[in-house]
Amino acid sequence: MVNEMAIVALFALSLDLVLGYAGIVSLGHAAFLGFGAYSAALFAKHIMPDPLLGLCFAMATTSCLGAMCALTILRGSDLTRLMVTLGMALILLELANKLDWLTGGSDGLQGVLMGPLLGRFEFDLMGQASATYSLSILFASFFFVRHWVNSPLGATVKAVRDNRLRAMAVGINVNARLAVVYVAASSLAGAAGALMAQTTGFASLDVFALDRSADVMLMLVIGGVGWLYGGVLGAVAFKLMHDVIAGITPQYWTFWIGLFLVVLVLVGRERLLKPWTWWRS
Amino acid sequence: MDVVAIMIVLETQGLLKQFGGITATDHVNLKVAQGARHALIGPNGAGKTTLINLMTGVLPPTAGQVLLEGVEISQLEPHQRVKKGLVRTFQINQLFDSMTPLETLAMVVSQQMKLGHQCWQSLGQSSKVVERCQELLELFRLTQVHNQRTSQIPYGKRRLLEMAIALACEPRVLLLDEPVAGVPAGEREELLHTVAALPQQVSVLLIEHDMDLVFEFADRITVLVNGAILTEGTPQEIAHDERVKAVYLGHSEVLRHG
Repeated sequence: MVNEMAIVALFALSLDLVLGYAGIVSLGHAAFLGFGAYSAALFAKHIMPDPLLGLCFAMATTSCLGAMCALTILRGSDLTRLMVTLGMALILLELANKLDWLTGGSDGLQGVLMGPLLGRFEFDLMGQASATYSLSILFASFFFVRHWVNSPLGATVKAVRDNRLRAMAVGINVNARLAVVYVAASSLAGAAGALMAQTTGFASLDVFALDRSADVMLMLVIGGVGWLYGGVLGAVAFKLMHDVIAGITPQYWTFWIGLFLVVLVLVGRERLLKPWTWWRS
Repeated sequence: MDVVAIMIVLETQGLLKQFGGITATDHVNLKVAQGARHALIGPNGAGKTTLINLMTGVLPPTAGQVLLEGVEISQLEPHQRVKKGLVRTFQINQLFDSMTPLETLAMVVSQQMKLGHQCWQSLGQSSKVVERCQELLELFRLTQVHNQRTSQIPYGKRRLLEMAIALACEPRVLLLDEPVAGVPAGEREELLHTVAALPQQVSVLLIEHDMDLVFEFADRITVLVNGAILTEGTPQEIAHDERVKAVYLGHSEVLRHG
């Protein structure tokens, strides 16, 4: 459970960079999650079982994918970006399905055996090692990203989001900036995917699913977009809600999530969290 | 003054822009001298803002060239022209609403000092950046509001920030697009003072409707009508030019004379 939360929080952090800081709307962020998951799983299976090296490998390959996809999101409006990112995730899903000699197709990639972490800590069934591993990667990434958004580079990215025309008029290379953020965010999403594959010893087609992209966006909306803690808090809240509600009514939990979302967006997060302000004008 | 000795910092050669059948900029040859306070005036729709957009590279010209300090820059992207020292302000504020004036200036100054791709220092860690920001905040009278969100500060102050951002880019030539447009009377003085106090070594091309400002500020005036240059001269020459009067008083006048 902790492991899962840490992974989706990392995934949400990645989307927050893209959506909250760079203002790029993406409905296909699972493309990078899935690509990272398969990269890590294949690396462990065919090259080396070391988890940290696998993580680095997955981040590198997803960065390359991110760089290629960046070309497609530089042009166009929010709607076209929404469609392009969605399309990219669908393409990768179908590729993973079709290339079954490599990915195991719809059965998923099985028999991924991971080596011990740092040559010492075995991934066991209790999941303590995996949870610690994922949490450490999450904290390291969070620290790095927080530093990054407060740097001059981060400021120029926010400037591009706020006003593209003016950003250009103060000498910022708008497209280069957007591409940098997109690549950085995709490598983080790749890391989340790698953690997922490594700690479960499995990669299946569902990592590319639209649900994943949509869920992570919900988490961001719940936690707050454009605020680094938002992604993490949203992920925790979403997972907890999922668990609690699914415990009560396993079949209808999406109804309650949906209701919660509608109320959240209509009432506003501020007001919802401060009930004592409800009856003030 | 010896004509040859005057250095031209910004020049357009036969600049032409057509939108379909409409000619918005008609073979404009404009020269802005080093350190000049050059005003570009003309009635609404004369193509003043189009001309700025052509010079800064926001619009591609149909024909013609733009030269900055004798070097052709027509092929450069807008952000590259800014790095060469050609910077503009906007008639309608184009600011970064989620940032404070201080953050905005720190971002622009860092970018200017080639720290824009820095990703490990925090913004404003460098003392050079901080000093320059303080200078700019004082020069543009923004010190009081430096920590408020840009979307919350008064309109006059936002107009000042608009110019502060441009000056933070360390321009060689500054294009001011109607700096006092829409500013209420109470905040005008402040803005006029700031425009007058711009550093001497920066050449300024001012686009303005406000004739008081133009005649007080400019040492040279170009009149643009229907996309083409009607005439150019010193403020006295322009003030006494019959054609200019005609344009500003109404077109019927021109027709009767012409």
